[in-house]
Amino acid sequence: MSQNVKKFCYVNRKAPYGTIYAWESLEVVLIGAAFEQDVTLVFMDDGVFQLVKGMNTKGAAMKDFSKTYSALGDYDITKIYIDKESLDERGLTLDDLQHLTWEDENEDWAEKDSIHLVDRKALGALLEEQDVVLSF
Amino acid sequence: MIFGIQVNEGPYTHQASDSAYHFAKAAIEGGHKIYRVFFYHDGVNNATNLTTPPQDDRNIVNRWSELATEHEIDMVVCIAAAQRRGIVDADEAKRHGKGGHNLADGFRISGLGQLIEMGIEADRTLVFGD
Amino acid sequence: MMLNIVNKSPFASNSLDSCLSTSAPGSSVLLIEDGVYAALSGRIAETQSDFTYYALESDLQARGLEGRVPDGVEVIDYSGFVDLVADHDRVQSWL
Repeated sequence: MSQNVKKFCYVNRKAPYGTIYAWESLEVVLIGAAFEQDVTLVFMDDGVFQLVKGMNTKGAAMKDFSKTYSALGDYDITKIYIDKESLDERGLTLDDLQHLTWEDENEDWAEKDSIHLVDRKALGALLEEQDVVLSF
Repeated sequence: MIFGIQVNEGPYTHQASDSAYHFAKAAIEGGHKIYRVFFYHDGVNNATNLTTPPQDDRNIVNRWSELATEHEIDMVVCIAAAQRRGIVDADEAKRHGKGGHNLADGFRISGLGQLIEMGIEADRTLVFGD
Repeated sequence: MMLNIVNKSPFASNSLDSCLSTSAPGSSVLLIEDGVYAALSGRIAETQSDFTYYALESDLQARGLEGRVPDGVEVIDYSGFVDLVADHDRVQSWL
């Protein structure tokens, strides 16, 4: 395996359940964690719906993968950026979304927020820092 | 340059597979290398050897097989996505008791790690999808 | 800089809008597949000062749009597409 550490960004713009992209992109993120790259997740447009709290898929008879997001911190995924404009357009706030955290081993396992709310211009600047941008 | 290509959609329904193929071909003709073509989501459906498209239209599966064979391109089909959609090689068929297998020439089934590795090793990674 | 690839019609999808409202000025936008229908929207003219536009020739031709490409959009073939990817530091597909 190469010694390179690249900046990988996973861009999520699609809602969950109507299509499989949300779940299958999460599978890439989880497997990718083993490669110890510098990972950032971005949620914008309908992608912000992936993190909405209180999902119940029993009636739809589909696998509920929403709990997987809360495990991201354990996989060293600590940088999750959410587009504010996308939330505003959809009448959502951060309170409607899962509260995702990670534990910083360098600060006595202090719990920290993984989610950062940003505007589109900040997102654009963030994307310009990446090496690999994967879209699903 | 070394390119990595991700294909997210199956043959015919979306143009993604066509675009990826023409890009790969042009890259090779331009003297570049393709590190890998990774087929994910419905993209795994590009790897079935059971298609019979009309004679007067392009044969997407065969076209990929021929390109891969001629230029020794590593074409990887994600195992998780393939299992969901019924793209099966001989080993998978045996392992899961399936009545047949359908993996087209030039493709191999492997894990999602191959996609990350592609991103790490290639100079540029691009995604064709919906 | 980023090469942004847009493959959806702006009349059907918000992909082009999201791309333009997010991407850093100075980046490039390549229209492929149904993304070439952006040639018929005013968005290109409105944003040309911030972005360099390209459109894939074979996709324009397939859709009968060859004569409708706005000024300033460079029409390229797949070999030009390959060169664009090589000349930019990173690529993002706005699916």
